[in-house]
Amino acid sequence: MVWTLFFSQVLNGIQLGMLLFLLAAGLTLVFGIMNFVNLSHGSFYMMGAYFAAATLARTDSFLLAGLAGVVGAMALAWVIERVALRRLYSHDHLNQVLATLGLIMFFNELVRMIWGSQPLFTAPPSWASGNFAFGDIGYPSYRLLIIGAGAAVAVGSYLLIHRTRIGMLVRASSTHADMVAALGVNARLLNTALFSVGAGLAALAGWLVGPIVSVQSGMGDTVLILALVVIVIGGIGSIRGAFYASLAVGLVDTMGRAYMPQILRGFLDRNVADAAGPALASMLIYLFMAAILAAKPDGLFPVKR
Amino acid sequence: MTPEKLDWRTPRPWLAALLIGGLLLVPTISSWLGQSFYLSFATRIVIYALAATGLNLILGYGGLVSLGGSLFVGVGAYAVGISAFHGLTNGWAQLGIALVITLVIAVGCGLVSLRTRGIGFIMITLAFGQMFYFLTVSLKQYGGDDGLPVEQRSVFNPLPALDSKVALYYLALAVLLVVMYATWRLVHSRFGYVLRGFQSNERRMLAAGYPRLRYQLTAFVLSALVCALAGVLLANLTSFTSPSYLSWQASGELLLMVVLGGMGTVIGPVLGAVVLLVLEESLSGITQHWMIVLGPVILVVALVSKQGLWGAVLQWKAREHTAAAPPPSASSVPVATEGTA
Amino acid sequence: MSFLSITGLVKRFGGLVATDRFHLELPKGELHALIGPNGAGKTTLMGQITGELAPSEGDIRLDGQSILGWDAPRRALAGIARSYQITQLLKGFSVLENVQMMVQARQGHSFRFWGPVGRQGDIVQPAMEALDHMGLAHRAHGDVMALAHGEHRQLELAMALAMKPRLLLLDEPLAGMSQAESATMIDLLKRLKGHYTILLVEHDMQAVFSLADRISVLVYGRAIACDTPSGIQRDEDVRRAYLGDE
Repeated sequence: MVWTLFFSQVLNGIQLGMLLFLLAAGLTLVFGIMNFVNLSHGSFYMMGAYFAAATLARTDSFLLAGLAGVVGAMALAWVIERVALRRLYSHDHLNQVLATLGLIMFFNELVRMIWGSQPLFTAPPSWASGNFAFGDIGYPSYRLLIIGAGAAVAVGSYLLIHRTRIGMLVRASSTHADMVAALGVNARLLNTALFSVGAGLAALAGWLVGPIVSVQSGMGDTVLILALVVIVIGGIGSIRGAFYASLAVGLVDTMGRAYMPQILRGFLDRNVADAAGPALASMLIYLFMAAILAAKPDGLFPVKR
Repeated sequence: MTPEKLDWRTPRPWLAALLIGGLLLVPTISSWLGQSFYLSFATRIVIYALAATGLNLILGYGGLVSLGGSLFVGVGAYAVGISAFHGLTNGWAQLGIALVITLVIAVGCGLVSLRTRGIGFIMITLAFGQMFYFLTVSLKQYGGDDGLPVEQRSVFNPLPALDSKVALYYLALAVLLVVMYATWRLVHSRFGYVLRGFQSNERRMLAAGYPRLRYQLTAFVLSALVCALAGVLLANLTSFTSPSYLSWQASGELLLMVVLGGMGTVIGPVLGAVVLLVLEESLSGITQHWMIVLGPVILVVALVSKQGLWGAVLQWKAREHTAAAPPPSASSVPVATEGTA
Repeated sequence: MSFLSITGLVKRFGGLVATDRFHLELPKGELHALIGPNGAGKTTLMGQITGELAPSEGDIRLDGQSILGWDAPRRALAGIARSYQITQLLKGFSVLENVQMMVQARQGHSFRFWGPVGRQGDIVQPAMEALDHMGLAHRAHGDVMALAHGEHRQLELAMALAMKPRLLLLDEPLAGMSQAESATMIDLLKRLKGHYTILLVEHDMQAVFSLADRISVLVYGRAIACDTPSGIQRDEDVRRAYLGDE
């Protein structure tokens, strides 16, 4: 029994890691290549979830919902980048922080106005509900789907970045953006596309996560912070770093929450352990981040400029 | 930039005096209008102005974009809340506890955060703020998510009891004015020059022989202490403390006040606090969905703001007095590439 | 014993070797010029002496003591001052304040939070004097960005001198100057000779040959010659690599 729990917690950790990776991948590229502090990333996650949930309610098709979520968010991101955000690339980080905070406020209120304050209901597709059997142990198939999706994106992004011309441009831009522009590449288009793809990945995560969390206003906020921790740990601008850090953070957070009270009971009074357990667990990834940064201030895989 | 001496021939000190004078007269006006709401609201403005002034020290004069301002406001508030919960209502003791805890946390967080620059610094201060937010949420015995009521206000003998709204207002205002004056002195002191020097050209400062960390860490701690002061007062105003005081949204609000009002000036954060809170209050009176208006407003401010409102006011006045020189841009200058030789 | 001793200095940036086994023995009071075509690695070399760049290999000794591993502020306080090829000034401050900042660094710690610097004679006086020597005293209270380019270069030098250095690293002090401005600057530099140990990077050959006690020629990170000015003029390698292209 203990091992069943352990096994499912490990998978949960990996699943959380995959979701975080979907968010962190786009975020780290925007931070690293465009040097743009984009705090509104979580809003595209939320919009993806909302578009998907709304579409599911109308069409009953999980896949169509996903399409709507991703495409809708990408279109939204495209417009916002072109109209407002691109003016901020040359601005102080401070102005970028404020601008994107303003966007968060706007979107959080927008979804409240359109869909109300109550969480929106979504469900996993019939072909992925139920449990998948690993021998004696069962694990929700839907969560395995998420892990699969995340892994697919990881592989896909690796191939894209290291095996295609576009990927080469992206890599070159991350260290020498002005040089790439000077070579005649349409840097503005590349930036808009990058921003949009990042938002798309976030929306993908939002779509997938719908059935297992509440789709409501502000859902992007906590997950954004986690994604930020991930990219700081992984190294800003590094997708590889984002991948490893996502897994690490996903596992540390999940296992921490599951086992912290037990671990503390080992050397503290039971009552104290049960009280301190959840507190320490929720702080755990930040302590983890602080520890990593103490040793490597630029993250695990810093991108050298 | 903050001038070293007050030149009463220019409009700047007069406008500042006007603002301060207005703040001093609030209780009189409020009682004349017969609405005690205005007094509470004004106290709230003064307290946030204090926190914004604290943040301005590292943000406006140090160039460090911290999203952890609300963390220290929260520490101050919880120091009062938890002490009161356990029967300790001596304000001086509560203040002492708040400042010591703030010192420890600020040094710890500062040491880790200041090893990074730019985006990394912003993210790390945000993450630390969140860490303590979750800590307060998990403190079930102190209310957790619901917050903790403060049954009795702090007792600052020999000062009048803070149950009087007027007394609390004047206490907060006095603290604000003292901190503003101290900031003004600090900016022109040796420490202030070093801090501003690093904001201007870090490379030059290092080459001159100034070690960066100790000065920025000191500024970070001073900023945190002022924010904690604001927190102590806030808990007394609302008779309440809650994790929401430590939220990143609250940090964002402080940031906005400083930028809106004018970074790197003493009056700016105060003006920013006044304008933002009045704006929020008026908007929420008009519509329940006021955030959908405020969001884009913030976006626009971020897009166009150079010197903030105070800077805009000064510019407008300066045109009447001297030949207007173009204001230094607050936006970042692209990194000068090293010539190959 | 040499005042500045550089042995086997190597700096690699990935595959690129910017400094290739560089050696230099600089006696106290010498004015040593470093010349070479663009991309030769002169500024990179300077950066390794000031501590802004860490060498991949080799040693640097100041007055017999190894300064490898010392960070930039420590080296500055040990007496290494640099003027920059691309002017590095403190924007948002006045001309006088820029120099004051250099003086202040050597006047003990700066954990003073109350007294205005403007009233501290031990900082303002030396700063004004430094400006006076450069002929910039009349610009003292103006904004630093209001200066002409030539005045910026003069200010760079004033700031370096205000640090009371023992080793002065000058990175193209004459860059972008008119004939008249250059003449003034060369005069200033002549007056500095002997009082400071100077490493001068310059493209202006007239200045180099009139000021230098010795010259090192740097090509692709390697010193291909190190000799007195007349020796350099006769050197075949140098002719071929550099002077011939002028």
